[in-house]
Amino acid sequence: MWQVPASIEELKRIAVEIRCDIIEMTCEAGAGHPGGSLSAADIVTALYFRIMRIDPQRPDWPDRDRFILSKGHACPVWYAALAERGYFDKSHLRTLRKLDSILQGHPDMRKTPGIDMTAGSLGHGLSVGVGMALAGRLLQKDYHVWVIVGDGEVQEGSIWEAAMAASKWKLDNLTAILDRNHLQNDDCVDTEMPVEPLAGKWRAFGWEVVEIDGHDMEQIVRTLEWAREFRGRPVMIIAHTIKGKGVSFMENQVVWHGKAPCREEAEQAIRELRSCLV
Amino acid sequence: MSKVDPGRYHHVLPEVIPLLASEELLFSARSQATRYAYAEAVIELGERNPRVVVLDADVSKSVGTSKFAERFPERSFNFGVAEQNMMAAAAGMATAGLIPFATTYAVFASMRALDQVRNSIHYPRLNVKIAASHGGLTPGPDGVTHQGQEDLSLLRAIAHSTIVAAADAPTTKLAVWAAAEWEGPVYLSFTRDPVPILFDLSYPFAIGRAVVIREGEDLTIVAIRDMVCQALLAAEMLAGEGIQARVIDCHTLKPLDEALILEAARQTGAIVTAESNIMYGGLGSAVAEVLVENCPIPMKRVAMGNRFAESGPYRALIKKYGMSAEHIAGAAKEVLQRKKR
Repeated sequence: MWQVPASIEELKRIAVEIRCDIIEMTCEAGAGHPGGSLSAADIVTALYFRIMRIDPQRPDWPDRDRFILSKGHACPVWYAALAERGYFDKSHLRTLRKLDSILQGHPDMRKTPGIDMTAGSLGHGLSVGVGMALAGRLLQKDYHVWVIVGDGEVQEGSIWEAAMAASKWKLDNLTAILDRNHLQNDDCVDTEMPVEPLAGKWRAFGWEVVEIDGHDMEQIVRTLEWAREFRGRPVMIIAHTIKGKGVSFMENQVVWHGKAPCREEAEQAIRELRSCLV
Repeated sequence: MSKVDPGRYHHVLPEVIPLLASEELLFSARSQATRYAYAEAVIELGERNPRVVVLDADVSKSVGTSKFAERFPERSFNFGVAEQNMMAAAAGMATAGLIPFATTYAVFASMRALDQVRNSIHYPRLNVKIAASHGGLTPGPDGVTHQGQEDLSLLRAIAHSTIVAAADAPTTKLAVWAAAEWEGPVYLSFTRDPVPILFDLSYPFAIGRAVVIREGEDLTIVAIRDMVCQALLAAEMLAGEGIQARVIDCHTLKPLDEALILEAARQTGAIVTAESNIMYGGLGSAVAEVLVENCPIPMKRVAMGNRFAESGPYRALIKKYGMSAEHIAGAAKEVLQRKKR
């Protein structure tokens, strides 16, 4: 178990561990989405080990911060973070996508402790976050709602319905983080269906927008802490990331969006990841 | 006009029973669109339960939930023309313990936002109530894009779904209150146009429990929503010819009251279903599934055929497209012929 809240150095070590878990679990499952899990690993680590007000012993605590992985296919990163944080035993990670597992191919809030919302069909999570944030305000709870959306995901029209609504209700208890890794299932995002100018779009929809390096732990932590305190409108953090981050042969390769490493590839990936620690 | 025998009726208001001799009489008496009954019922709920919230998608004035917004502005959320966002936001609210009533028209609730309704509401079994007005052909003049003729079928195909479509205004109120007590998603269907008031609040309403509202031995008519009054009119037409039809108000399409339907099948030996939903996957299909596996008897579905309707007055449409009392009576005689063979 890790010390929480973790220091920047500890967060970096935890992120490596979570990346190794991602490689192990997708390799074991023989399927899954390692690329987009690795790109979001630093942000998820910061949220679960430093930023969010949570209690792994009470996953249903009404006052807890909420986390939604709207790009639900990247759930290996979520499962790894929950396991490392103590929501369930790490041995479950090897059961990903298998029969009778608590770890479904896409997140299921009824099966996995700590999963705040079922996800998988893209374009839902930000709307769900809007609902959670409105409920928090109505029920006079000061929890914060964190939603990670994908850059391919913002091609879904419903994302922009949610963007309008969050702005209308000035939901400053809602922060979205856009995992800008530039790749989606079929191709480069900007070739397949361009989404830029992203910052301009979100600003035009009434959001407070900042752009960060989504792999710079210090910047991630500083920005998330700031977003939590920001008042008056919802915050969008555009996190510039690298799909497959940390594994040389996966980085920026569209093929690793939805393909699992074989055993040899997994071993090489884990060697590379651990080598950053020494 | 034959004389109506009040002794055969259960729960139908005494002053309504004589009117069942004629459609004109029945529809010129007290009636109300069930969407307005929903709006009244949800305000009463709001008074009783602070966790009840209403979500709208730009049809709050049409449905009447704008009155909830006036009474409880802090618990009313208008999402504009964005039904997908509304449904998923309702799911988010339910995770925090609220009881959201997400209000729109049937076509939008069941088709535009079906992905959200399936994946973010039913799959996690969240406590969202989907309030869908403009069911079946009841929004006649609006035309096909606003006629919700598939919603009952589509929602029935979703696991964990509960589907309720009450026959009149008072039982719609009972349905809304029952839905609020029901843990998990409930799809509520309402009429755009007025339908006759048949019952009052003493009606024994329970989700999943269909109700025999007219006794009969020769066959059974199982009807839902706006077709219940047509079924009663048909029963009186048949009575004029010496045929006694049992009539069941099957307000809950799912879970279907299989026991009551099988009892009627065994006791009367023939069944007609009546709905202003398409003939695939709705009440007729649900009843047929139960009968064919347990008690195969002559049966006929009165429903929208394999087509779209058109603009026109609601009552003219159900006549033109084969769902009026006359059509139900005709179907009854057909199953009786088959029963005798």
